[in-house]
Amino acid sequence: MLNRKRPLEPQPRAIVIGASSGIGAALTRKLVAEGYIVAALARRVEKLEMVCATANGAGPGHAIPYEHNVTDYETIPALFQSITRDLGGLDVIAYVAGMQPPVALNEYNFEKDEAMVKVNMLGAIAWLNEAAMRFERAEAGHILGVSSIAGDRGRVGSPVYNASKAGLNTYLEALRNRLSRHGVTVTTIKPGFVDTVLLENAPKTFWVVSTDEAAAQIYRALRWKLQTVYVPLRWALVGLVLHHIPSFVFRRLSF
Amino acid sequence: MMNVKDIEVGEGTAVSLQNHLERVWSWGGASSGLCHVYRPTTLEGVRGVFELAYANGRTVGLKGGGNSYGDAFTNSENVVLDLSRMTRILDWNPETGVVHVEPGVTIEKLWQYVLGDGWWPPVVTGTMKTTVGGCAGMNVHGKNGWQVGPIGDHILSFEMMLPSGEILLCSREENADVFHAAIGGFGMLGVFTGIILQMKRVYSGYLDVRTGAPANLGEMFSFFEENLDRSNYIVGWIDAFAKGDALGRGDAHLANYLPPGADPNPQESLSLDHQNIADTLFGLFPKSAMWMFMRPLMNNLGTSLVNTAKYYAGRMGNGKQYRQTHAAFHFLLDYVPQWKRSYGAGGLIQYQPFIPKENAREAFAEMLRTCQKHDLPNYLTVFKRHRPDDFLMSHGLDGYSLAMDFLITDGRRPTLAALAKELDAIVLAANGRFYFAKDSTLRPEVARAFLGAEAIEQFTALKARCDPDNLLQTDLWRRLFVE
Repeated sequence: MLNRKRPLEPQPRAIVIGASSGIGAALTRKLVAEGYIVAALARRVEKLEMVCATANGAGPGHAIPYEHNVTDYETIPALFQSITRDLGGLDVIAYVAGMQPPVALNEYNFEKDEAMVKVNMLGAIAWLNEAAMRFERAEAGHILGVSSIAGDRGRVGSPVYNASKAGLNTYLEALRNRLSRHGVTVTTIKPGFVDTVLLENAPKTFWVVSTDEAAAQIYRALRWKLQTVYVPLRWALVGLVLHHIPSFVFRRLSF
Repeated sequence: MMNVKDIEVGEGTAVSLQNHLERVWSWGGASSGLCHVYRPTTLEGVRGVFELAYANGRTVGLKGGGNSYGDAFTNSENVVLDLSRMTRILDWNPETGVVHVEPGVTIEKLWQYVLGDGWWPPVVTGTMKTTVGGCAGMNVHGKNGWQVGPIGDHILSFEMMLPSGEILLCSREENADVFHAAIGGFGMLGVFTGIILQMKRVYSGYLDVRTGAPANLGEMFSFFEENLDRSNYIVGWIDAFAKGDALGRGDAHLANYLPPGADPNPQESLSLDHQNIADTLFGLFPKSAMWMFMRPLMNNLGTSLVNTAKYYAGRMGNGKQYRQTHAAFHFLLDYVPQWKRSYGAGGLIQYQPFIPKENAREAFAEMLRTCQKHDLPNYLTVFKRHRPDDFLMSHGLDGYSLAMDFLITDGRRPTLAALAKELDAIVLAANGRFYFAKDSTLRPEVARAFLGAEAIEQFTALKARCDPDNLLQTDLWRRLFVE
């Protein structure tokens, strides 16, 4: 029974949205290894069940799969309630779901763009709003959004992916400003290149880290209640440079 | 602010449920749960909470004063039905001393109501903030447990609302099985909506008190055994830091009612003004700030010094006799307001085993030594005598109890959990029992061992009858009784 609690031996509870592959799957495994009870959500239920089975085999925590499509916004409030009831509590919510279809340099495809905004940003808002309301009342909790270094500037290669992640960054910043006074931590994770399917569409890659390494660094951000974390850390330097490239130069760059 | 969604039916009730989300802390502050808390004032309101919970697929946990040390009234992610606003005294007969109260009436309100007519509640807890409903649900005892039993022995009858909304009348004659299981049934069978109690006649607002200062556990037991027949109340305090020959040293207080005529002016001593517990120390220092000064002492070194000082102060006053008001003698836990805050953010838990008299001395000595061995001495240790009773889920037996308060910090949690397992083994080997109002550490197998399979079977059968949908639950119930 998941909602059984032992007062002296509290078991932390987490929701991971987008847990069937990539960083989400690795984070689910990491949280279970750290003793969390995890509600793992994803659309692709077979892959999700495998992730949960692998994680549970290693213990000592436990992961439970929930089939869910983040664009089914109207189902989210009720699902959030039933998950917190099933888990017997909630300490952490991690929104990891994201998509980046290949987009050509001269391509303007609203279908692809809409899908990115819906999954990368609106899904996050739908889920994290629920968590925000709850954590504010609880005066505790940790909200974690996996964004991207791609949200730091708008680039020629991926306008809407950049915009969706920039929107997510700003949303998370605003949540942080609203909730930190209520004892809630909001962490923005900005990965560089992580070894996931999203890399298949990247033209050239460097400093690639494994999903397990990324999950370990995200877990560290959880432990230390950090606010904005580049994964791996050296991308913070890239971010710093990126922020300071003046527009008249940036306009002429081709990345 | 009125939310439009609140008044819609169906999905709207889920929203209204969210508006009632609160963090509910165990009394000791070592654990908590987020719960949807409702505080109805009427029977209709209580019925409404059951209907709401049922419609939303949530369970209902009952809460009175919220003075249980552990998770007996938290119901994480579900509904908590807080009865502390049902505070009416429905009937009082000053001739017979029979009182009919709603469940949220506190012991404080009760004694203040009846004392002027020359009555006192036969059983009171160490704090007066507990409610009669909570006291009945936990079947609490006082410092006179071996003489008068738990509070259940003084309940004549009660009305209990089942989750279906039906009200059941229970007494020793009517629905006797439910009567003996709901008292001490920690809120798992129904909600007490009215309780009829017999008060105890008193002839003065004072008690005659005498102190003792036993130098070790053996002397502590002798002090109790010598005085059991000639006292109305006895309570012992133990310095849990003392080792070797001094193991179990402490002080003890016994008290007796005054016989008729012994108080020259009972009218005055029975008045509320006379019973007032002062809120300043030496008439100057506000007691509400005392916990802040205790805070720096709340570590092994500090409390060891305090315990030693308290013991020697007790020795100096050994054998002293004086008169003390009922309120001052009984409600020691209210003496320093908010004293639990001195334990800091991690809070405290209590571990209180009950052990048959023939095994108690050896078992308690071993338990004190075990705590010391693990460097987890208990900071406050209280010693009392009890008697068996005929309630199904009883903690009562012909023996002694030792209530041990432990400081909780994140670092101590795992070691304390391990210590509790060791102590459990000692208690079970000595045929001891446990008390759910104080528990934070028991495991299902230990609960099964001390209650016995038969009692649990009877209790779950009664629960299936009174609460077929298993709507009444708490974190404690799920921890100990749900597979």
